[in-house]
Amino acid sequence: MMKAAIRTSMFRSVMAVAMTLCTVALAGDRHIIVQSTTSTQNSGLYDHILPIYEAAAGVQVRVVAVGTGQAIKNARNCDGDVLLVHAKSAEEAFVGQGYGKQRFDVMYNDFVIVGPRDDPAGIRGLSEATEALKAIASLSLPFASRADDSGTHQKEMQLWRDGGVDPIADSGTWYRETGSGMGATLNIAVAMNAYAMTDRATWISFGNKAEHSVLVEGDPDLFNQYGVILVSSEKCPNTRAEAGQHFINWLLGPDGQEAIAAYSLDGMQLFFPNARPNDPS
Amino acid sequence: MRWSLCLGLPPKDMPMHDDGPSALQTGTTPILPITGKGLFVRRKGRDLLDVQDITIGGRGTTVLVGPNGAGKSLMLNILAGLKAPDRGTVLWNGVPPSRSRYCRFGMVLQSAVLLRRPALSNIEYALRAVGHDKVEARNRAHRALADAGMTKLASASARVLSGGERQRLALARALAVQPDVLFLDEPTSSLDPASVLAIERMVKAASDGGMRIVLIAHDLAQARRVSNEIMMMHNGRIIETAPTDRFFDAPKSAEAAAFIAGKILIS
Amino acid sequence: MQDFAASFAEAFQLVFGLNSGLLEVVWLSLRVSLTAVAVAAVIGLPLGAFLAVSRFPGRAVIIVTLTAMMGLPPVVVGLVVYLMLSSAGALGPLQLLYTPTAMIIAQSILVLPIIASLARQTLEDLHVEYRDQLMLFGLGSLARLRTLLWEGRYSLLTALLAGFGRAIAEVGAVIIVGGNINHVTRVMTTTIALETSKGNLALALGLGIILVAIAFAVNALVFVSRAAAERYAHA
Repeated sequence: MMKAAIRTSMFRSVMAVAMTLCTVALAGDRHIIVQSTTSTQNSGLYDHILPIYEAAAGVQVRVVAVGTGQAIKNARNCDGDVLLVHAKSAEEAFVGQGYGKQRFDVMYNDFVIVGPRDDPAGIRGLSEATEALKAIASLSLPFASRADDSGTHQKEMQLWRDGGVDPIADSGTWYRETGSGMGATLNIAVAMNAYAMTDRATWISFGNKAEHSVLVEGDPDLFNQYGVILVSSEKCPNTRAEAGQHFINWLLGPDGQEAIAAYSLDGMQLFFPNARPNDPS
Repeated sequence: MRWSLCLGLPPKDMPMHDDGPSALQTGTTPILPITGKGLFVRRKGRDLLDVQDITIGGRGTTVLVGPNGAGKSLMLNILAGLKAPDRGTVLWNGVPPSRSRYCRFGMVLQSAVLLRRPALSNIEYALRAVGHDKVEARNRAHRALADAGMTKLASASARVLSGGERQRLALARALAVQPDVLFLDEPTSSLDPASVLAIERMVKAASDGGMRIVLIAHDLAQARRVSNEIMMMHNGRIIETAPTDRFFDAPKSAEAAAFIAGKILIS
Repeated sequence: MQDFAASFAEAFQLVFGLNSGLLEVVWLSLRVSLTAVAVAAVIGLPLGAFLAVSRFPGRAVIIVTLTAMMGLPPVVVGLVVYLMLSSAGALGPLQLLYTPTAMIIAQSILVLPIIASLARQTLEDLHVEYRDQLMLFGLGSLARLRTLLWEGRYSLLTALLAGFGRAIAEVGAVIIVGGNINHVTRVMTTTIALETSKGNLALALGLGIILVAIAFAVNALVFVSRAAAERYAHA
């Protein structure tokens, strides 16, 4: 009885593992992995466009949503077939080093600076983002930064540089480096009455805005371009290049672009397609 | 599946001769006599055991007596191969004790260790452990339980039996494998009179059947009832070994006389 | 306070709406964590039993190491497993990254020290009581281990439940090696993390309430079946 029980339980666990392996193996040929930024996932874009693609192509698209920096690192480790992020210079470096084949513009939206309603820095309505940041810095008002090497963070650092401010020097005082994703950073900003920079899509879909609102927008410097890259099958022989390319072609083609444009939340369009498939940048 | 080569059973696929239980034991040699030479144990500067020569052979029941701390349990455990002495050797029929020979050796520990399963299964387990097949083990277990007068408790959980029942079950389990020799370490301490009687009866029956018995007892009346030989220990040494009547009627040593007289002996 | 009320409302809505997405996530959580516990038990129980009954040089080091590893940070385990399973890693060719199997591996590593350590302690205590008797049965060391494991089965269940508690509640490891991929590797905890980052705090907390309820249900189920089994063993 004892032996039987032990054998049965061992048998069960072995079977469970075997079954798991089997399901993985079966699904193996019918999916691609997209290393992606969080903003596209958190905003719900993928929930809208992927079912359309999957139904048409019969290929499952598995999105791993992390910061742009980490997404690029994961892709460098060959742990993805397609990279969809928003930090153009980092993307170009990725392609330049041979990890990706070609970079294509897919869509854009913009970054905004959000802050408490009473706006102690008085930046509401400023047309230049750098001016707004300088005002916040000069008054040492709390600012929450993702500080996670994401596309948003890279853009934010560039704006500080343009404004001639080195916020890192004041890290821990008014400048708060959260080291977290966009959503987590917004949660912190709301809780601390801090300013923060975010992509518009994440902000619109963010559910915990409380008294925060968009204060600065529309500066051309706040333009947020998303790019897509097929991971190089020369660097990464295991990559599913054909399926990955198929997905990219769809994204850049009329069907994909239409699907992106059709996604809206609370009546607002979140991403604006701007692919020029035959003209890689 | 056989758990032990103890009984020298033929491999499963070979036909077995139906010669009854004795045929099962042809595969191993007897373990008597059990001898100890120069057994010595010292802890914290005190000699716990110092026995130059002891032999357990022949037939009958030997009762070990002596005050607390005399070394009775320790010696029994060493002779049983459960503990190693600092110095000295224990031989079972000329060969050191080994695991495969415990099918011919029985022991009831001071506090019975029963498995978390029904009473019957406890006995079955011991029988399976020495190599009996399932059916044989079950049949023998039923018989052993009946001999102990515990048939009604066959499916009762061993861990919830009363003290007397537990001790009887442990004894029945030890007897079921029909060992050559049986050690009992104070089997009746703190039991009610009925349980004491039942256990003494089982021990006596086994002894009459030819099993060699060595028993530790504190109750001298019990020692007189069940034994035909008394071995008295004191301060780790064997003081006197004598036939029961002689021991009680005319002890040779002063310690034995004092002990029988109820004078406290504390080392 | 109204957040809490809203969370409970969300939780009830989720449960009674019988949302198929929720079922999928709950099912995957249970599948991953229960399998991880099973795998860890198959390795950890014999390991704990072996450590309980044997004496060899270095045993103390192993025991202390195992005990310390009970507090392994999930994120660290996740990273190590990620580096192994990554295409650039040693086990890359197996293509296990971002699959439930990867999550099972990570959680097994997290749970193994807990099961092995608790089992070792339980069985060592039991062994003190049983050693002489098992010797008298004439059992070999393997049979002795098996008997000890079986005799300690009710206490060992607690070790398994402790392991399950750790597995079902952790997020750090599975989010790294699983990737929180919708319909593939999204479990309760990563969903909670995702909804939190979306600022859907009430929904996140509602999911948390369901997670706690599931953990409670599993424990209650084990408790009841254990009581029944004990009654049966004693009947």
